[in-house]
Amino acid sequence: MLGKLSWAAIPLHQPIPLVASAVVIVGITAVLVLVIYKGWLPYLWREWITSVDHKRIGVMYIVLALIMLMRGFIDAMMMRTQLAVAAGSAQGYLPPEHYNQIFSAHGTIMIFMVGMTFMVGLMNFVVPLQIGARDVAFPVLNSVSFWLTAAGALLINLSLVVGEFARTGWLAYPPLSELAYSPGVGVDYYLWALQIAGVGSLLSGINLTTTILKLRTYGMGYARMPIFCWTALASNLLIIAAFPILTATLGMLLLDRYLGFHFFTNDFGGNAMMYINLIWAWGHPEVYILMLPAFGVFSAVISTFSSKPLFGYRSMIMATMSICMLSFMVWLHHFFTMGAGADVNGFFGIMTMIIAVPTGVKVFNWLFTLYGGRVRFETPLLWALGFMITFVIGGMTGVLLAIPPADFVLHNSLFLIAHFHNVIIGGVMFGAYAGYTFWFPKAFGFTLHERLGKAIFWCWLIGFYLAFMPLYILGLMGATRRMQHYSEMSWQPLMVVALVGAVIILLGIILTVVQLVVSIRARQSRKVGGDPWNGRTLEWSISSPPPSYNFIDLPQVSAPDSFWLTKQSDKPISDQHHDPDDVTPPTIPSPSAVGFVTAFFAVITGFALVWHIDWMAIMGLLCIVITWLVYAWRNSDDNEVSSQTIETFDASSAKSQTT
Amino acid sequence: MQLSEWHSGVLDPQGPIAIAERTILLNSTVIMLMVIVPVIVLTLIFAWWFRTSNHRARYLPDWSYSGPMELVVWSIPTLVILFLGGIAWIGSHELDPSKPLTSNATPLDVEVVSLDWKWLFIYPSLGIASVNRLVVPAGAPLRLRLTSATVMNSFFIPQLGSQIYTMAGMVTKLNLQADHAGIYPGLSAQFSGQGFSDMRFDAVVMQTTQFAQWIETTKKVDHALNTSSYAQLARPSVQVDQTLFSSIDAHLFDEVVNGAGMLHTMQTVQNNAAVAAP
Repeated sequence: MLGKLSWAAIPLHQPIPLVASAVVIVGITAVLVLVIYKGWLPYLWREWITSVDHKRIGVMYIVLALIMLMRGFIDAMMMRTQLAVAAGSAQGYLPPEHYNQIFSAHGTIMIFMVGMTFMVGLMNFVVPLQIGARDVAFPVLNSVSFWLTAAGALLINLSLVVGEFARTGWLAYPPLSELAYSPGVGVDYYLWALQIAGVGSLLSGINLTTTILKLRTYGMGYARMPIFCWTALASNLLIIAAFPILTATLGMLLLDRYLGFHFFTNDFGGNAMMYINLIWAWGHPEVYILMLPAFGVFSAVISTFSSKPLFGYRSMIMATMSICMLSFMVWLHHFFTMGAGADVNGFFGIMTMIIAVPTGVKVFNWLFTLYGGRVRFETPLLWALGFMITFVIGGMTGVLLAIPPADFVLHNSLFLIAHFHNVIIGGVMFGAYAGYTFWFPKAFGFTLHERLGKAIFWCWLIGFYLAFMPLYILGLMGATRRMQHYSEMSWQPLMVVALVGAVIILLGIILTVVQLVVSIRARQSRKVGGDPWNGRTLEWSISSPPPSYNFIDLPQVSAPDSFWLTKQSDKPISDQHHDPDDVTPPTIPSPSAVGFVTAFFAVITGFALVWHIDWMAIMGLLCIVITWLVYAWRNSDDNEVSSQTIETFDASSAKSQTT
Repeated sequence: MQLSEWHSGVLDPQGPIAIAERTILLNSTVIMLMVIVPVIVLTLIFAWWFRTSNHRARYLPDWSYSGPMELVVWSIPTLVILFLGGIAWIGSHELDPSKPLTSNATPLDVEVVSLDWKWLFIYPSLGIASVNRLVVPAGAPLRLRLTSATVMNSFFIPQLGSQIYTMAGMVTKLNLQADHAGIYPGLSAQFSGQGFSDMRFDAVVMQTTQFAQWIETTKKVDHALNTSSYAQLARPSVQVDQTLFSSIDAHLFDEVVNGAGMLHTMQTVQNNAAVAAP
């Protein structure tokens, strides 16, 4: 009746997972009770859960990313404390079976649920505003994408309470992840969570690509698109090309595990290296899926806070698109040590290094954007400067790892760990924070607390260097990744320094929450108008927060920095405003529960498949199909925005901008 | 189990491969630092000099394109990468793990099998074997053939250079050489499950005469590596003591390569017993 599920799945005998799951359950219950008690549920349901507004969905993506950042960071803290104590003959406080789950969950959560989610959230919020569109191309699909991502996140976290998570590392290399060596449900949780979230990512990629290709406003040719939209386009093209590979690869592993296939097993002609090739054929583009939008954020931030157009706009587009292409031709550098031979290794080493050319061009262009500017040291710019300095170091160690003979001694060492945290924290996380601080006032109409914002930046910057520079050294000393303990006492001092660094980053994360609370409480006094940063692109030409339909009239554009030019030409923005007799009123799609309901049944299906509860899996899938059929036969779709709504909004935003 | 500590890993090379790899590592770092350091310094200088409050700084509100600058911007990284690309291409060929080392000394053949969670070293020409202890003569080239009886691992002695994967059903080749006598730590650099952290071994490098003596004493231990003792050894276990075998089954390595899958059933039983705890 319940497949493999039994009371043994609840970690009653292990204090750490038990306490962790208790905290999760109490936390979720507390939030639910508060929401119901305060009577917020109808509001949340109407305005957020069923919302198909790209701005709301973008915000929800970022909220999910921040929550998952905390989960993933708790894992990081546990690993760092374990390694700070488990030296010599000491075994630390986390046994291997628990430690191995923690680093697997840390990687999976940080890449899929924090990096991806944060970047998709930013793109969702910003892209339609920057290209002068009223929403994304497929608003309801957008809601489905978000909720499927959330479903994947929920499934990963469910493994904490019921059962276990994978102990195989974040990419679940076979044959270790095959049934023969990982018979538990951990790998199944991993696989189904990623399959569900992966579908969400793919749909979101198709949606945003279509939006950028088809919904640009009047006059916005490709060479007039803000650079963030270009990086978003490149990133979403990569999602469309790469995520099907992930789905297929994980699908084959699922067939191995569930139906006795032999794609990647040791026996009957299976070959694990096929999985490793395929997973990296997705995995390397994935790095750029995360990185490219962050590059776009930095371009926007550096140009805005230097009060100058981006230097070498066309160069930047070329660089972005060549990174997009090249990212598919380098996957083998993740396993030079497979023994593929000198020609193959040499080829992939050189291809990898070539990516450093467009990336280097970008760095130089940001440098010359600063040159001759009027640089305002607001928080988003601090993140951008911190990024430029940190990222070039990560780039350098990346090129080192791309030289096959150097990789032979550095592969899988803590040097590698330091390298990719250097580019992912220094690049993606700094970009996420820069974008979050930069567009927050656009989303909510008030700014985040500046001094706390700067404190957060310094915590992350200092914490990063303390946490990861020792890891570079440890890697050179021969320390490998994923060790649960080590016999060399001489490594311990560096491990302790790394722990101190992690504690400082933790402080930064705590301050992020404090900043949010402080800023929300003081929102009345922190109110800003549509253009708090002296912005350059279209999103700053409308009120903050923007109306649900974004633009009453779709604007006419003549350059990438169109809003800046409008401000320079002394032409009041209100001239662009509507003449009520002249235009048809904008339409916005009605709210839809289809995303939430689909995701709800996706969680049930995923959970049932993990535990081999066949009837429940079939029921869940059936309910998803029924949900879509009901949606397909709907009677109403778009709502016309009445001129009364527009006038009310104009009046209220005019009032708030004068106060 | 006595495992020596090491303090300097890949920066303290003890053989020609490791020395060449360290040279590439250091040279490439210096070449890149020549670009990286100026970029970092310029970032700080530009941001500081062009701050809003500095009225001596020139404001160029429309400066966004310059042909010569674009040329410089594309050339610098291209030149660096051309240079490093050459190093990568030549280095990949010179230091290809499967490329035999040229030497006057007689090469030593060793077959390496990674097991859950220990290393088996078979000396086919000497008819002996050992677990978690790789004994080799100083100054002689090592010709290693490697495979895995279970999941993937990576064979790595940081002070001797190049690591290589061990994969079930496949044979990888690795050529190394140790110049001086000593004990160098070895490990698995590829996560392989529960006992991974203890998958350490000692690479013991001896003078030629001592090595000959070691062969003699090993042949006297009266402990044969045959099908049954291998089956015993292949069971998952952690922190296995260093063991010596005085005789070997000559085809064992090939049997492991061809029949890696046969162990599955046994492994599954073992793992199921160990899996109760999440």
